[in-house]
Amino acid sequence: MNTNIAENIIELKGIKKYYDNFMAVEDFNLEVKKGEFVTFLGPSGCGKTTTLRMIAGFELPSEGQILLNGNDISNLPPNKRPINTVFQRYALFPHLNVFDNIAFGLKLKTVNVTYKNNAGDAIVRKEKLSKKEISEKVKRALEIVDLEGFEKRDISTLSGGQQQRIAIARAIVNEPEILLLDEPLGALDLKMRKEMQIELKSMHEKLGITFIYVTHDQEEALTMSDKVVVMCDGMIQQIGTPEEIYNEPNTVFVADFIGESNIFNGKMSGKKKVRFCGEEFECLDDLPVGADVDVVIRPEDIEMTAVENGSITGYVQSVIFKGMHYEITVKSGKNEIVIKSTKSANINDFLGLKIEPEGIHVIHAETNINIFDGVITAIDKVAFADGEFECDVTQLYPGYKMYDNMLVDTEGNELNIVGTQVTVKVPIASVSMSDDIEVGSTDGHIVSLIYKGDHYHYIIRTKSEEDIHLHDPYLWNEEDHVSIVIPKDAIELSLRVSEE
Amino acid sequence: MKYRFTRKQLCIPYVAFLILFVILPLLVICYYAFTNGEGRFTISNLTGFFSSQNTIGTLAYSTLIAITTTGVCLLIAYPVAYILAKSKLKKKSVLLTLFIIPMWINFTLRLVALKEVLTMLEGNLAMYPFLNTIIGMTYDFLPFMILPLYTALMKLDDSLLEAAYDLGASKSTVFLKVILPLSTPGIISGITMVFLPAMTNYVILDMMYNSTYIMGSLIGSYFNAYDWNSGSMIAIVLLAIIFVITWASNGFQEEKSNRGALL
Repeated sequence: MNTNIAENIIELKGIKKYYDNFMAVEDFNLEVKKGEFVTFLGPSGCGKTTTLRMIAGFELPSEGQILLNGNDISNLPPNKRPINTVFQRYALFPHLNVFDNIAFGLKLKTVNVTYKNNAGDAIVRKEKLSKKEISEKVKRALEIVDLEGFEKRDISTLSGGQQQRIAIARAIVNEPEILLLDEPLGALDLKMRKEMQIELKSMHEKLGITFIYVTHDQEEALTMSDKVVVMCDGMIQQIGTPEEIYNEPNTVFVADFIGESNIFNGKMSGKKKVRFCGEEFECLDDLPVGADVDVVIRPEDIEMTAVENGSITGYVQSVIFKGMHYEITVKSGKNEIVIKSTKSANINDFLGLKIEPEGIHVIHAETNINIFDGVITAIDKVAFADGEFECDVTQLYPGYKMYDNMLVDTEGNELNIVGTQVTVKVPIASVSMSDDIEVGSTDGHIVSLIYKGDHYHYIIRTKSEEDIHLHDPYLWNEEDHVSIVIPKDAIELSLRVSEE
Repeated sequence: MKYRFTRKQLCIPYVAFLILFVILPLLVICYYAFTNGEGRFTISNLTGFFSSQNTIGTLAYSTLIAITTTGVCLLIAYPVAYILAKSKLKKKSVLLTLFIIPMWINFTLRLVALKEVLTMLEGNLAMYPFLNTIIGMTYDFLPFMILPLYTALMKLDDSLLEAAYDLGASKSTVFLKVILPLSTPGIISGITMVFLPAMTNYVILDMMYNSTYIMGSLIGSYFNAYDWNSGSMIAIVLLAIIFVITWASNGFQEEKSNRGALL
């Protein structure tokens, strides 16, 4: 990425924001060029609005720097920043009419006016804008948002869409260097939203102001932005153009969140060869042979063919007409594969599926082992992730044996192991969950689920924010409270070297 | 078959009440105000009111007390209401209740206690009659000012303040241009709720140091002296003043709300 500082209008460096124990934004780094349309995209609670509010100045970052044209503005109050915001619920002043709303910022603004005194020296004085200048600027702003002649109207007489436009006019009339938009179209109906998306985009082109836009709507982000920042859990998942994040997602989260995807567990089986769904495919990504990977395939990249032409085969399970295309689910072995096609198919047809190498996107698997810091609490117990689990401690001490509930060496000397720090490894495949809270040794809430052809990949977060990954064939809901079961022989222990 | 009351029949007790306890007494007061001791029509009570040093002085003094009390209440109540409404304190309802609790304690008891405290501090209450009156009134009427202000400020959307701040307003400008105008309805109802009783309440003064320098007590003293005609006239004048004030403040409020409701 280009790092020419002169071009960057705003830079966020190592921004962190935490409230008490809660981490809202973690290590946020971003450079925005002048005139760019940047979108922060993510599910609710991902930290995108918090980041926007830090740029606006409503929140101060706990750590890190915000640079505007190279100057640190991290601690400037909002009224001292050349940045304006369009709020989610408009936030128009109900006691002022349209004109006074738009002129609010202009009336407070001072500009430098240069005079020449008798001696011919230039004197710079700060002056307020004249009434005439203000009313001209307001008129122009109303023209930009297509609401000419609305000056005298009362805010409460306007429709939601009109209020939205006034809110935009009120912000752009100040000619800010950056315009922040916090889900500005969230309250509008679908048709209005689509219209406003296009208008905002053309407004952006006309005005040349840098836009930073926050949304949870991936289609909105793809439609309007030059650059999309996908966020999840307070962290940036990927920064890229709409094409990049759609075609080459960096993480399974991005693939799942942006558009629809088939995601499978796979393994690199050769140079530019990946194995999933029981077959080997050629791909474009060159990852180390033998690496565990996640394979992402967009439904529109799968072609239905005759059985003999397909690299995999399966039975049609369901066909849904979606207007522009059909959504066809094919069951191949244990895997479900979703296809978008303009062609239809009949239920129970046996067909072949063909996937071109360009359609196969391979991502390094995030993890297939859960790793925790733990501590031995009893002769057969280890505590980690807010729970206490049964384990076999003999694996830690070769040569020792369990005898009468004590760990003894060959000469019968007892070893006291309570309090020993250990690293715990648990393969994802051997963890399971239950809705009976009493069954498991620890519990938490489901924070993420991703469908992977024949199972779901879940992330369970415990009270102290430890994440446990697991696979389950059934669909659970996000936020479900579950308990975690780990069989004794799946817990692998190793001694942890103290950090000091 | 069940007998059902018609709407008209249900109105009868209320109409009777209004006639007996509102309209008739008003007419009686009017009658007394515009007649002399022999029952003949006269406006001498009215001219007497405006020519008497005593009554005019008392009216001015009452008004001064009412205005000062209202002003002091507003100055104390606004910050309190603002902090209560806008702070992120979890226990703010407890705080609000603490400010309102005095209202639940018997009025007389409260004043006697206040009197004792002030006597302890000042020695002789008669030395600072005006100050003591204001303290007594403020103590009594403060909750009536806090509550409407609190309600108005609670309704104020934080994003409006952020928007003003974002558009370049300093904290004081945000207050003057956004918070203050949007809390005006609360200020007006607070003023109405404090000013009117402060104008006529004489129990507070009476209990504090047996003063008669206020409208309410003046009326009482005329009636005690069996001069019902002059007493009634004072009551009528007071009624007119209150009517004008209420009408003016309502008019102001309506104009405000009209701007928001005109569809």
